[in-house]
Amino acid sequence: MPLEDVKQKPEGRPMIRIPTQAPAKHDGPAPGPATQPSVVFNLDKLEVYYGAFRAVRDVSMQIFKNEITAFIGPSGCGKTTVLRCFNRMHDVTPGARVAGGLRYHTADLYGPNVSATEVRRRIGMVFQKPNPFPKSIYDNVAFGLRSKGIRSKSEIDSQVEKSLRGAALWEEVKDRLRASALGLSGGQQQRLCIARTIAVGPEVVLMDEPCSALDPVATAHIEELMRELKQNFTIVIVTHNMQQAARVSDKTAFFTTEVDAKFGLRTGTLVEHNATEKIFSNPSDERTERYITGRFG
Amino acid sequence: MSAANFTAEIVAPPDLTAKRSWRSVKSAIMTGLMIASVVAVALPLVAVVWAIFSRGMAVAFHGFPHFFVDEIPVIARKAGPGMGPAILGTLLATGAATLIAVPLGVAGAVYLHEYGVKNRFSRLVRFMSNVMTGVPSIVMGLFIYVTWTLRFGYSAFGGALALACLMLPVVIGATEQMLKLVPNHLREASYAVGTSKSRTILSVVLPAAMPGIISGSLLAVARAAGETAPLLFATGAATEYNPNLFVEANTALSLQIFGNATSSFAAAQDRAWGAALTLVLLTFVITLVARFVTARFARRR
Amino acid sequence: MNEERIDLRGQREYSDRAFAKITAGAAGLVLLILGLIAFTMTRRALPVFGEMGTKFFTSTRWSPPDDLFGALPFIWGTAFTAAIAILIAVPISLGVALFMTQVARPGLARPLIYLMDLLAGVPSVVFGLWGVLVLSQFFDLGRSFLTAGIILAIMIIPIITSLAREVIDTTPPGDKEGALAMGTTRWEMITETVLPHSAGGLVGAVMLGLGRAMGETIAAALVIGSALGQITLRALAPGNSMPAVIANEWGEAQDLHKSALIALAVTLFAITIMVNLVATGIVQRSMKRGQGT
Repeated sequence: MPLEDVKQKPEGRPMIRIPTQAPAKHDGPAPGPATQPSVVFNLDKLEVYYGAFRAVRDVSMQIFKNEITAFIGPSGCGKTTVLRCFNRMHDVTPGARVAGGLRYHTADLYGPNVSATEVRRRIGMVFQKPNPFPKSIYDNVAFGLRSKGIRSKSEIDSQVEKSLRGAALWEEVKDRLRASALGLSGGQQQRLCIARTIAVGPEVVLMDEPCSALDPVATAHIEELMRELKQNFTIVIVTHNMQQAARVSDKTAFFTTEVDAKFGLRTGTLVEHNATEKIFSNPSDERTERYITGRFG
Repeated sequence: MSAANFTAEIVAPPDLTAKRSWRSVKSAIMTGLMIASVVAVALPLVAVVWAIFSRGMAVAFHGFPHFFVDEIPVIARKAGPGMGPAILGTLLATGAATLIAVPLGVAGAVYLHEYGVKNRFSRLVRFMSNVMTGVPSIVMGLFIYVTWTLRFGYSAFGGALALACLMLPVVIGATEQMLKLVPNHLREASYAVGTSKSRTILSVVLPAAMPGIISGSLLAVARAAGETAPLLFATGAATEYNPNLFVEANTALSLQIFGNATSSFAAAQDRAWGAALTLVLLTFVITLVARFVTARFARRR
Repeated sequence: MNEERIDLRGQREYSDRAFAKITAGAAGLVLLILGLIAFTMTRRALPVFGEMGTKFFTSTRWSPPDDLFGALPFIWGTAFTAAIAILIAVPISLGVALFMTQVARPGLARPLIYLMDLLAGVPSVVFGLWGVLVLSQFFDLGRSFLTAGIILAIMIIPIITSLAREVIDTTPPGDKEGALAMGTTRWEMITETVLPHSAGGLVGAVMLGLGRAMGETIAAALVIGSALGQITLRALAPGNSMPAVIANEWGEAQDLHKSALIALAVTLFAITIMVNLVATGIVQRSMKRGQGT
């Protein structure tokens, strides 16, 4: 669908203007029937329970390779909860339970004999608040490599450089690789965390509100980085910033909350998942439309 | 209302000076009593330290380093140094105890905090560990006598076992405290790059908690070095050097002090003071190192 | 689309699970040791109970050559010296704790804490040495219940003080300020707000000190006087206590005598554990209540 057509709803009411940086999304070959991207994740009525409380219900969608998928929605709608299902992070939360279907390519992520460690080598995560280890910059990036069993110093050296370049941080730190990572600025720390994540060579990089603790300049760096990373990784990003989702992502999934009568708490659920342009200009669900316009109202 | 309507009374300013009443006097007396208690605490400490130094210095440093190196006179009446075997014995027993208690204590605390935080087993262990810190050291000593010394005879190692039993709950408690202080986001960061739990604990959590664990353990070591009762039943009362940890009776500074304290011979009493000074200096150095480690840790954060 | 077969099983899980099991085992050691202590010691103590039955606890005659073992004097001695120690230590500890938290300038508390740590760091045997060679010569105290009580008091003051400080610190500042705002003196503020709030925890702290005083062996052994069969309130009389008699008589004890001494240790073990349990319970409950407000 050409860009111009989606700018206005038939009634002539503009939804949101797609910023002109958006054309970056179309740098690659335009999606057509011959180059349909492959499915990386297949979710089928995914649910997450904390104890007896159902925190998230009925999430069914597909995540495609080499795309950026954004999860948006009001706070508490479960977007981070769903994200953490992808890399088995709920394993470390006592009382959390994942039900329903979640397939990573053909494998059931929660099947028997599945090693969470192995999952996390293929599906990495960057967190909201940058969390570098209290070690040197070099050791931070090398950490995942050593966990993988790589011992050769020359191999680690080259991978560290490659990852730092991939995270657009190399030029800034190449002369102080042995300095403590805690001495970096917030934006640099987050890029270090990205370098640390991609060093392990995952297929997917999950990002949980990666820019919410950063200033606008650092945020812009990370967004630009994401567009580069998309070529080699599949990215799923949770963000509370709709403009960011509109700027960066190919597909967007909108979540919302409903009151759970039994507990008086809110259960999150997926409302709509589609190409970003469609979500922001012509959403199918009225709740999506309300959320998107409400933000500008 | 004009100013003329105000009566020009001469009103004295309110009196805000302190009143001499029974209440304020009583409060002052009580404060004085509190200060007196602080003095009451300082007095014995000063008295003991004074006694140790004044009586022990001459003995311990006369003809340095004889006191620390010479063998213990077998005849109590005989004047002169030394306490060499006792120093070695203390180092052997305490050192071995540390090597046993610290790794086991850290491992146990790791389980309590990283694996089974809320389960019943952990709560039971935590509770019992607390109970164990209150076990009188003489009971520990007799326990080792009954289970070890009867079978294997007196040795420095038996003493080390008893000391390790005393140290274990302290190390567990201190380590668990330190593990609690390691923020969770560090663990998550490690898991997220595909690191197993055991490796996460060994490469991220323990290094982060290490300074606190070290200083906590050192305090346990200092306490163990001064223990007497456990060694009475496990180590014996040798007077010669015995560098062998496992074979044959040994001695220790604390044992020597205990034995010589009740002696009627001035020479033996002198040696007791010298040994007491040595022991207190040893304990003091260990405590200093522990504080130093804590301070460096605080600065780095 | 050609989907690769993804193998998510991973290797090297064995070492991870082994690690978990090892740490669990280390934690279990605590239970093992405590259980062993209870079991082995009780077993060894049985012979003397076979000889004496419950008279072990009620008889006052302790005569190893005649195979007579009545432990009552020692139980009394333990209780008596502990009571003296508490009587001396509690007011002082409370005074110091109150001073450090309510009176002293913030900078003054630090050196006081160091002072306490130093006091706590002096080994028991050194206190005993000082007690026997210095304190007992002073004031003609000799080796007696009182001397032992004084030494024990000095040794338990650091524990009681540090716990009391913790408990007192949980008093809500709002309560204290409210009292002061009504024009109370400092002492009145303390009696009206701090003490009532901390009462439970202070009792627990005292009990923990009590437990420690009862179990303290060496210092007591050196200064208590090792006299036999005395149940008396004459504090200046030489006496004996359970840990002291064990330490002093062990060297030359034979079979049944040894069994009797072990039985004393078991009794001591049981009493101190009970006191500690109750004390810990009280302190924990008081802290929880304190933080709840």
